[in-house]
Amino acid sequence: MELYSLTIHELQDKLRAGEVTAAAILASVYQRIDQAEDKVHAYITLMKEAAQAQAAAADAAIRSGNIRALTGIPIALKDIYCVQGFTTTCGSRILHNFVPPYDATVVEKLRAAGAVFTGKTNMDEFAMGSSTETSYFGVTRNPWDLTRIPGGSSGGSAAAVAADECIAALGSDTGGSIRQPAALCGIVGMKPTYGRVSRFGLVAFASSLDQIGPFTKDVEDCAILMNVIAGYDPRESTSVNLEVPDYRSFLSRGIEGLRIGIPKEYFIEGIDPEILASVRQAISLLEKAGAKCVDISLPHTEYCLAVYYIVAPAEASSNLARYDGVKYGFRSPEGRDLLDMYKQSRSAGFGDEVKRRIIIGTYVLSSGYYDAYYKKASQVRALIRRDFDEAFQKCDIIATPTSPTAAFRIGEKTDDPMQMYLSDIFTISANMAGIPGISVPCGFTGDGLPIGLQFLAGHFQEGTLIQAAAAYEKTAGMGALIARQKQAKMNFS
Amino acid sequence: MKITRAEVAHVAHLARLTFREEEMEKFTSQLNDILLYMDKLNSVDTTGVEPMTHATVLHNAFREDIVKPSLANEQSLANAPDPRGEFFRVPKVIE
Repeated sequence: MELYSLTIHELQDKLRAGEVTAAAILASVYQRIDQAEDKVHAYITLMKEAAQAQAAAADAAIRSGNIRALTGIPIALKDIYCVQGFTTTCGSRILHNFVPPYDATVVEKLRAAGAVFTGKTNMDEFAMGSSTETSYFGVTRNPWDLTRIPGGSSGGSAAAVAADECIAALGSDTGGSIRQPAALCGIVGMKPTYGRVSRFGLVAFASSLDQIGPFTKDVEDCAILMNVIAGYDPRESTSVNLEVPDYRSFLSRGIEGLRIGIPKEYFIEGIDPEILASVRQAISLLEKAGAKCVDISLPHTEYCLAVYYIVAPAEASSNLARYDGVKYGFRSPEGRDLLDMYKQSRSAGFGDEVKRRIIIGTYVLSSGYYDAYYKKASQVRALIRRDFDEAFQKCDIIATPTSPTAAFRIGEKTDDPMQMYLSDIFTISANMAGIPGISVPCGFTGDGLPIGLQFLAGHFQEGTLIQAAAAYEKTAGMGALIARQKQAKMNFS
Repeated sequence: MKITRAEVAHVAHLARLTFREEEMEKFTSQLNDILLYMDKLNSVDTTGVEPMTHATVLHNAFREDIVKPSLANEQSLANAPDPRGEFFRVPKVIE
């Protein structure tokens, strides 16, 4: 067994027992990066030298008996968090040369826990996309099938974890950008409750929806990372000052007696039948293990996408107004005067999808259209949240497919924005309502592509998600199935 | 048509973007499709529903106004495309 293929908790056991060093773990991960990266292209920036120094520090800490939650564990970061001294591009030309003078709070927390940073991962430009094809730095490929997309927008992080080019990673989720790529790459991905993890130092896309969360190889690792990144941050005024439970304590609570809501609006025509069958099978397995299934309804589900594509672009158009070629980032040399410099820099610095969303956002917020679009969408958003509040009276968690299809082919949906947007129909609602969600692998299609099962829970109930996901993973024997599939399917030589 | 080329051009100006002729054609048609899709919201009765603009119930987060260290000038200017001395230089604003 190669070290790069292990989980955080497996490596921690070995580090504690003195069987391996952090330097050896990092060397193994980099050996894998050398093997896979030119095919997968998960990273925008590799941080090998800094990582080697971090690994050496981790080994010194271990020798002096100071082992922390992530000491010596190689972790990849989506290129959307500020890391002091390393370019933070957000997948965009407009930030291609931006070197932050400070660390994001999550980066500080990972550092303090002893983590080793492998590098910054590829993403859709400004996290706008579901396939990692809108990046200025090229597409990332799905390690399970190199002709397919890894999902998005955090596709680089998901692909890096799936291909063992890191042990775990962080992403961000505005409409599904952690859960959907996790599903398409066969790994675990969690979007925490809005306010659970500080967004300080995260490049903003849609500020009322953005949330940071982990990508891991199993549910236990998800709990380990959540323990490190969750919590109040005085520098982030929307982070919530609520006690953080020990998420590991939920891992072995089992599924018995848990009420699982099955929303009829998420089991509809148009979903790939293989996905539907796999998710239904997962649910009946949980039922056999002692969970109680309850039929529920989330009646405003069909409006989620329309609300999202008003609210998110509206917030983005405002957030992205700061990119003007003055204080940092790309400046076009062609501007005749100040106004023209703004226009030339923004037009050459942003890609098409970002421009599309800026225009939509500016339009729906503009005088004469505000009430018809933004206000209306914000009202329907309130109804979407109310649906969940009512549903959670009847159940503890909700189970749905994560994505309506498995990974699609590169280029398949790039010319049709509406088709691309439909990839997120099952994940957007959680961002609308601010609730947490997790995607956990639940099987493979006939073509050998991973399928994801999504659980949603009420605000700050991440522990219940971890409980259900861990119980499912164990009951279904998911770890062994993925390991077998990986051996058979994933080949980079 | 939900949105015309002229409207796209106006909104582009507001957003400080410019488009080439052929881009304008494609964008107008794609935006039209997206706005048409949004029409489905008109079938929802939202009478009396308070708009939700945030995911959690939050009150203003006040803090004491205490002077703390912040970025040094050199750090603030380090990413500037055209810094001069302690300033960000930009092209001419008025003739």
